[in-house]
Amino acid sequence: MVEVEIAKSMAEEVKLFKTWSTPFGLRVVWALKLKGIPYEAIDEDLSNKSALLLQYNPVYKKVPVLVHNGKPISESLVILEYIDETWKQNPLLPQDPLEKARERFWAKFNDEKLLQSIWGVFAKEGKEREEAMAASMENLKFVEEELKGKKFFGGEKIGLADITFGWLANLICVFEEVTGLKMIDERFPLLLAWIQEFSQHPIIKDAGPPHDKLVIKYQALYEKFHPAK
Amino acid sequence: MAEEVVLLDFWPSPFGMRVRIALAEKGIKYEYKEEDLKNKSALLLQMNPVHKKIPVLIHNGKPVCESLIQVQYIDEVWHHKSPLLPSDPYQRAIARFWADFVDKKIYDLGRKVWTTKGEEQEAAKKEFIESLKLLEGELGDKPYFGGENLGYVDVVLVPFYSWFYAYEKCGNFSIEAECPKLIAWAKRCMQKESVSKSLPDREKVYGFVLQLKKAFGIE
Repeated sequence: MVEVEIAKSMAEEVKLFKTWSTPFGLRVVWALKLKGIPYEAIDEDLSNKSALLLQYNPVYKKVPVLVHNGKPISESLVILEYIDETWKQNPLLPQDPLEKARERFWAKFNDEKLLQSIWGVFAKEGKEREEAMAASMENLKFVEEELKGKKFFGGEKIGLADITFGWLANLICVFEEVTGLKMIDERFPLLLAWIQEFSQHPIIKDAGPPHDKLVIKYQALYEKFHPAK
Repeated sequence: MAEEVVLLDFWPSPFGMRVRIALAEKGIKYEYKEEDLKNKSALLLQMNPVHKKIPVLIHNGKPVCESLIQVQYIDEVWHHKSPLLPSDPYQRAIARFWADFVDKKIYDLGRKVWTTKGEEQEAAKKEFIESLKLLEGELGDKPYFGGENLGYVDVVLVPFYSWFYAYEKCGNFSIEAECPKLIAWAKRCMQKESVSKSLPDREKVYGFVLQLKKAFGIE
């Protein structure tokens, strides 16, 4: 009895503020699960943010926020590196500085280029959408090239870049269904194979929000961006 | 075998300045190559095919792109001297958060200050000052963001100090009046050779901005 009490008080307290659908929060979920770290998930209602969230992330007031033993960390890529440095099992980043730089480069590419361009296809109309589509295709080509000779972006195992690109595995199909536009087609065989490998991974498989619920959400959002004339 | 370090850069780039400072802090000898961005070299296009941008750090023939990634790479490879990131994971996370904040806010807002007019410019100035004030808050009473010595956030932010004069002239405001602690910090950084030798003269930067305004037809 006493041992359990001591174990409980020594336990790491890890909380994750997110929403049920945010891909940025899902990244952190994947990282925590890959390392076997127990955590408490708090799903926020962004139209009515909790006092705690505002206290933990006063600069951006956004999710995800990781709180480790009372200390908050914001911005998903910052959180991922923190997790990797704090819990050393199943490393997300390699030891070699050049390889680390490569993983960070692709994580940044996803967040600053790929995500933006694909979101442009989803949210924009007319010429802006055409330009977003062209940019998306170019960006996807770069990503496809990076997968040459590799099972995952991290090599044999899932790493930081895989987790960052992970939304391609569960969210792109939702976008394609809602918009009726195919983005990752037979021109990207390596990417398609990677999506299979990633989504079938035992940790990744059941960790995300249900596909149907995502379709409903993005369908509603799509109709807002493209009101019927 | 000697280390071969090459930096493809462009003199007014605050991103390039970050890498110059980091290399100087570590005492690394390198070859500086000035790029003409209107006529990019074959080497640049080969070493950074995805973005085709400077700075590019080439270490023993292998490229590293993106300034925050380059500074961390330099810190990790030459870890025995002048560490830029702290060793504690939580302190590292705080440093990375603020470096990311600088990237999200300072460059774009600064750019808006010198490229826009009227209400748009006023809004940019306001947000720019607010962002600097948040950074002042993070600095607190420490001499540097890194504590007693120059650290990651210092290296990431101080290059913009060479652009402040240009922002002030174009925006008709005083950054020092609004953020005296930050200016005191910047001047403290400039006392270090690694910083003062890596930043261009502020008049030169202002001249460059005026040239750009003319070229873009900005009043």
